[in-house]
Amino acid sequence: MTISSNTDLRPNDFADGLRAIAPLVVAAFPIALVFGALAAQKGLSPFETMLMSSVVFAGGSQFVAVDFWADPVPWVAITISALLVNIRHVLMSASLGTKTHQMGFGKQLIAFGFLADEIWALSEHRARKQDASFAFMMGLAMPFYINWVVMTGVGSSLGTLLANLDPAKWGFDFAFPAIFIGLIMGFWQGQKTGIILAASGLAAIACKALVPGAWYIAAGAAAGVLVAAILTDPEAVEG
Amino acid sequence: MESFFHTDPLTLLAILGMGVATYVTRISGLLLVRFVDLKGRTRAALEAVPVAVLMAVIAPTVLATGPAETGAAIITMLAAFRLPLLGVVAVGVVSVAVLRAALGML
Repeated sequence: MTISSNTDLRPNDFADGLRAIAPLVVAAFPIALVFGALAAQKGLSPFETMLMSSVVFAGGSQFVAVDFWADPVPWVAITISALLVNIRHVLMSASLGTKTHQMGFGKQLIAFGFLADEIWALSEHRARKQDASFAFMMGLAMPFYINWVVMTGVGSSLGTLLANLDPAKWGFDFAFPAIFIGLIMGFWQGQKTGIILAASGLAAIACKALVPGAWYIAAGAAAGVLVAAILTDPEAVEG
Repeated sequence: MESFFHTDPLTLLAILGMGVATYVTRISGLLLVRFVDLKGRTRAALEAVPVAVLMAVIAPTVLATGPAETGAAIITMLAAFRLPLLGVVAVGVVSVAVLRAALGML
């Protein structure tokens, strides 16, 4: 790779990131408020809630953790559950890692710390057509991160006032499936993609029905990836 | 303000544990592809990651929640053929809200 490292400094990339993440910041607004309210009901102070949001920055595992928060805090179980819920990030970072070499390993270690699902998905989308640079990923991450930390804190402070807030009422909860559907269609490469989708979807649904917890994401991802490996003619992709 | 900043050691430990666990998952793939030679089936598997993960995340919501969600997912899919991502999100949100309201009235 001889792409100049000053590609990381292009202001346009940062602006592109801001534009791409904007609708998801709006959609995350009520979800962050709800998370804060749930945390408050479990006895977390606004400070603790914002600390968790800023240190962890992973909505799925935060909801799971707060769900079985208790007194005394089962911190070992909570840590293990965060590991399990986020195990999909291993695959995600491996995939995006091969497409972002140009920013350098040090910057990757920073940017990948912000690899929430939405930021990862938009970076993958960008990498299909152009360079998913450090500036682009920061443009995605900054507003999403600040919004998550501040609004979970607001939700926690308002606490029980928000107990009845229901993102589903306005369809906001569907913004995330919607953007994922849009991104999937962008990755469409014909019949093979359809088979991978079927394998992943079926495995995820079956696993969710049979096994409690967030294992379904790992199960679906593994099924899709396995099918792709099996379908491939190793000779054809060599080199 | 005292209650705002209230905390205890076990809570801090849990938050730290979650943070470390999450960061480790987010960079371990990065380390993996630096040290593993990617070709053949491994490469094909890695190239399938985006669609496989995205589908696994949304499948229970869009296919196994109810007719409103599945209907909205189909409308969203059709919209994705023509609209930019922002438009796709808008179509998804509006169509699920309308379908939920409509089916709720039945």
